[in-house]
Amino acid sequence: MSSQAAGAADVARPGIVGARVQRREDPRLLTGRGAYVDDRKADGTVHVAFCRSDRAHARIARIDTAEARQAPGVLGVFTAGDIDAVARPIRATSNMPDYRATELEPLARTKVRYVGEPVVAVVAENRYLAEDAAGLVSVDYDPLPGVTDPESALEDRALLHDEAGTNIIAAREFARGDVDGAMADAAIIVEDRFRIRRKTPSAIENRTCLAEFEAGRQALTLHASTQVPGLLRDALAEIFDLPGRRLRVVAPDVGGGFGAKASLYPEEVVVCALTMRLGRPVKWTSDRMEDLTATTQAFDEIVRAKLALEPDGRIVALDADVIGDVGAYSIYPWTASLEPVQVVSFLPGPYRVQNYRGRVRAVATSKAPMGPYRGVGRPISTFVMERLVDMAARRLAMDPAELRARNLVRDDEFPYKSGSGIVWDRSGFQECLSSALDRFGYAQRRTEQAAARNEGRLVGIGIASYAELTGIGSRISAAPGMPINTGTERATIEIDSTGAVTAAFGIASHGQGLETTLAQIVAEELGVRVEDVEIIHGDSAAVPHSTGTYASRSTVLAGGAATLSARALRKQAIEAASYILEAADTDIEMRDGIISVAGTDSSITLRELARAFYSEMRRIPKEARESLELSASATYDPFFGTTTGATHVAEVEIDPQTFGVTVRNYVVAEDCGRIVNPMIVDGQVHGGVAQGIGAALYEEVIHDENGQILTGSFVDYVVPSAAEIPDMAVIHLETESPSTLGGYRGMGEGGTIGAPAAIANAVADALSACNAQINELPITPDRLFRLIRDVEPREGESKNET
Amino acid sequence: MERIGITLTVNGAAYERSVEPRRLLSDFLRDDLRLTGTHVGCEHGVCGACTVLLDGDSVRSCLTFAVQCDGASVRTVEGLGEIGALDPLQESFRKHHALQCGFCTPGMLMTAMDLLAKYPLSTDDEIREGLSGNLCRCTGYVNIVNAIREAAGARGTDKA
Repeated sequence: MSSQAAGAADVARPGIVGARVQRREDPRLLTGRGAYVDDRKADGTVHVAFCRSDRAHARIARIDTAEARQAPGVLGVFTAGDIDAVARPIRATSNMPDYRATELEPLARTKVRYVGEPVVAVVAENRYLAEDAAGLVSVDYDPLPGVTDPESALEDRALLHDEAGTNIIAAREFARGDVDGAMADAAIIVEDRFRIRRKTPSAIENRTCLAEFEAGRQALTLHASTQVPGLLRDALAEIFDLPGRRLRVVAPDVGGGFGAKASLYPEEVVVCALTMRLGRPVKWTSDRMEDLTATTQAFDEIVRAKLALEPDGRIVALDADVIGDVGAYSIYPWTASLEPVQVVSFLPGPYRVQNYRGRVRAVATSKAPMGPYRGVGRPISTFVMERLVDMAARRLAMDPAELRARNLVRDDEFPYKSGSGIVWDRSGFQECLSSALDRFGYAQRRTEQAAARNEGRLVGIGIASYAELTGIGSRISAAPGMPINTGTERATIEIDSTGAVTAAFGIASHGQGLETTLAQIVAEELGVRVEDVEIIHGDSAAVPHSTGTYASRSTVLAGGAATLSARALRKQAIEAASYILEAADTDIEMRDGIISVAGTDSSITLRELARAFYSEMRRIPKEARESLELSASATYDPFFGTTTGATHVAEVEIDPQTFGVTVRNYVVAEDCGRIVNPMIVDGQVHGGVAQGIGAALYEEVIHDENGQILTGSFVDYVVPSAAEIPDMAVIHLETESPSTLGGYRGMGEGGTIGAPAAIANAVADALSACNAQINELPITPDRLFRLIRDVEPREGESKNET
Repeated sequence: MERIGITLTVNGAAYERSVEPRRLLSDFLRDDLRLTGTHVGCEHGVCGACTVLLDGDSVRSCLTFAVQCDGASVRTVEGLGEIGALDPLQESFRKHHALQCGFCTPGMLMTAMDLLAKYPLSTDDEIREGLSGNLCRCTGYVNIVNAIREAAGARGTDKA
């Protein structure tokens, strides 16, 4: 190490961007010194417990709170009218045609629409007493007809929202070319009805919020375990009619989000309303049952799709009809259209599909609202398209890898406009496929698979290729027709009078390590050491406008803003230093926090510059001190965004006794552009794949026919543990620098997008001898048992041969 | 509600408190002692985020009453290393990027401390089996296994 240090000046400086820098967050998180919302102890804090609906669809007949009000430690028991008096209802608007907004009252007023919907808020001196008293509230309901099954709900026999006039609260169709003609002429058509069952993101930290009202300033501060502090600030400012300067939303350390913490929730409105009413800090900490019933859920679609191909394997047409079960309310700000519309937007995937028709209907049902979850729509679209591709390969007796290679968009075809109108910029679709197969040892493993099958083992290999849009700018909305801007991010970087560098962002890191990666970008662009940069994030007061961290946007958008502002600051710092170093700006460089005149030993540290600039008034002329600032702000808008592509390859084995599926091997090759920190990128892929494996094999929110939720604990909702997730290989390709500033592509969601399809194809491959159709996720042992039993009598493994 | 007096040791420090019989150890640690490093993820004993060592054995602090710990010795994540002087296991977690949001991490560390003290951990399967009572939603477990494997190996060297 010492020789490296000695020679540092004359060797090319290794990039800070691209290095495996250890995370800035880790020391505090490893020692129990993190600061999550529930760790915050404000003096005089009182706690809320919610009485939630135990009915899926019912009219509220009577609420009796008398006994609860008398319970020990109770400060008040509140119903809809108490909140409505100070807060406007939540309404997610959109200019999308055929969209119907549904009003969400923080506490249900006349009707409940899902099991878990908050009805009454009980406030007491501590959480134990609040829960005791909540148990004394009694609510009488008049039952209303169930709106549980999404296909039945389409018929509008019973309406969840009378004022909408229909349960279909969003609808859209994409079409290109002559689908019917191409289908009629095609050599083969494969088709199926696909079903992916409802998931819930299940961050290990349950949602928590703490509202504090400062009477002197008439200012409200909400600490919330949220991904979107700026978005909440703007929404709450509307709801409570408060100026932003007196409304601050802080997301401190946040224990995972995955989309679950990216929407405005009723509980957040309620704690704000109650702190203003009671004059004491009001906290709500969700328990896991509340999380599994009342946090937004996702991945709940029925897709009928067919794919037409020529004998050589060329895809000629794709036709799909999607029903999205979006639950009881259209969530703010994303609306109920978010996930189902993305299913049809992304269904053609990274393939050339000249003729495409995709129709989608979002149907309201009496379940928790659907919201964003890692991958949003694309895990479903990829599952469907990749199953169809494998089914077609089987029909054509072609290797599924070869069929993909023939249809993936080739390098000379970028930019490629997909069947739904998405434009893919150049990304390594073909390279991802070939690299993943190489690393997996595809040919060798196919040979081994054949041998295993001869022993009667059910071993399967599955491939999934996909593409996603990431880092999207202002030209494309994160959800169709939303009235808010999700296409820009802002950064402000300052050098203070001690020479310390602080960079403030509106994004909110909740596990992604953005305190580290953004510090790397600032350090590299500014010319300081990573450890010299302090990152402020997750605070609506840090920047005038921001939304937050979601949709694989923060490295691209905040990284771009960091780059622009660091470059502007560097220019000014060098100009200020030029007066002290008595040299031309062009001869001055800044590196590791030292500003020097090239080729000389004349230099000053950043700390000396700051002292000179702010305090030693004679060293820099007055005019320069007035015109320059050791501070710079910039906003970045990638305008369109960029393409991230990947291929996943999985190998599974089915236990013929238990019908459990074991994932034996897993390889991901992805093109995420320029990598800021390979360690963190690997980690994002690992975690995404694990959630995708959960979606494929284990996780399922189950409702009975009356809409009662049956998966209210982690015993019933099965999140995979270390014993279920394999080691995995991750290959990073940087095939072409995208148009984004810095060359970054977003990559936080991809693991979850590819894994369900790869696993489904691998399971189908393992069962190829018995022709079992894998068209429903998760593939639980129960489902697999029935599937195999229904395909053929249980005779045994001898039929499972090639 | 009636309170019961307890005395116990937490991370080497003695405490004498009176608590309601129903008070969970997790709430006692977090709210009464303000040791907020122990996190609560499910309150029904599945996720393992609240794992602490009770007289050397890993337990779910969300399924343990504070009164059960009368006379006992509890160790929490705050009883491992400190910022600037991490325990080797914590160092290994940092080196291998075995944490992302950090919420499950204290429970992972305490479970791993228990595993390292009791088991050979000579295979990844053994490590994964040992960790199967602790849920992590961020890391996919790959780097947690890597970190514990290295810590287990270093432990062997120490003993040799």
